[in-house]
Amino acid sequence: MFCEKAMELIRELHRAPEGQLPAFNEDGLRQVLEEMKALYEQNQSDVNEAKSGGRSDLIPTIKFRHCSLLRNRRCTVAYLYDRLLRIRALRWEYGSVLPNALRFHMAAEEMEWFNNYKRSLATYMRSLGGDEGLDITQDMKPPKSLYIEAGCSGAISAQPATSTSQVHLNCNLHLPGSSDSPASASQVAGITGPVSKRLWRI
Amino acid sequence: MSEAYFRVESGALGPEENFLSLDDILMSHEKLPVRTETAMPRLGAFFLERSAGAETDNAVPQGSKLELPLWLAKGLFDNKRRILSVELPKIYQEGWRTVFSADPNVVDLHKMGPHFYGFGSQLLHFDSPENADISQSLLQTFIGRFRRIMDSSQNAYNEDTSALVARLDEMERGLFQTGQKGLNDFQCWEKGQASQITASNLVQNYKKRKFTDMED
Repeated sequence: MFCEKAMELIRELHRAPEGQLPAFNEDGLRQVLEEMKALYEQNQSDVNEAKSGGRSDLIPTIKFRHCSLLRNRRCTVAYLYDRLLRIRALRWEYGSVLPNALRFHMAAEEMEWFNNYKRSLATYMRSLGGDEGLDITQDMKPPKSLYIEAGCSGAISAQPATSTSQVHLNCNLHLPGSSDSPASASQVAGITGPVSKRLWRI
Repeated sequence: MSEAYFRVESGALGPEENFLSLDDILMSHEKLPVRTETAMPRLGAFFLERSAGAETDNAVPQGSKLELPLWLAKGLFDNKRRILSVELPKIYQEGWRTVFSADPNVVDLHKMGPHFYGFGSQLLHFDSPENADISQSLLQTFIGRFRRIMDSSQNAYNEDTSALVARLDEMERGLFQTGQKGLNDFQCWEKGQASQITASNLVQNYKKRKFTDMED
């Protein structure tokens, strides 16, 4: 039966535990492409024979081979696509520099794809968050707690205020990441005294 | 957490398989019995016991009973049944359907063909007169088995689950794993590990494998 080698490729990838990238099976892929070439040539000659020699009984055979060609194509494309999905995951799990052993598992074209992906991602990240950009591959877990750290950047005059007025502050808002300690929040907001009673209306 | 790897999901339970899904490719490789309605020349090499021999151009004769993979049967099938006609595999026929309706929980669906639901759903393409009964049977079987799968996946924490999944088909195993993941994530949160920085699963598993490579 045709397409056995293609199924081997698929099974090899399916067996690899969640997300792991096995070595690129160049040999297997080459055999699949050779089988496709042989099928195509046999079909070509049979089509000519069917047309010129009046052998319309060859049509089921031609269809048979055609289905096998389509199947081989599907297996090949799915194999390559699933590998790219795994390689994309590597950027998010490992960062932009991959360990050597993993790089040996990738074909040259896959390495090129990875570099292009890295570049697209970097360009996008640079476009976020104003001038400095934002590294969205960090801090993938939500913050431990929803404190807001607020720091004062300007001086506040100590004029007596009526009970209804509000004092406006220039504040930098900063959400602590999942690894920051909660003690820093109160240090940053180190304003004490009578001003603080009316101040925290932001 | 290799959460960054999103594989293509199976579409076998819907109207069409997903072209790029590895699960669907594996499912459609399973075989079903067919009967040829016309001779197929030059393919005798694959079916040596059926082949008519060199005189008839090494053909597979008309009326042979073969076992072909689903993908091939789908490709060669048409409404007029010019090339082949498809028979239902035993487990989708009347006899087994009665067994499933009696008690779906005792059946070993993994042995019956590891893609029972997916394969059964795609079988409906062949316009059998029993299609309505087959689809009902698939649905009722799943409804009967689902409760146990959900319960066991939500309560088996940190145990060996091989006995629980041994008789499940592939789709049910996927469900079981989703349930386990939910349970593990919840336990992780309860223990307060959710806010700790841990090495990603992908990185850890990769390092484990590297050890065994060095031992070779």
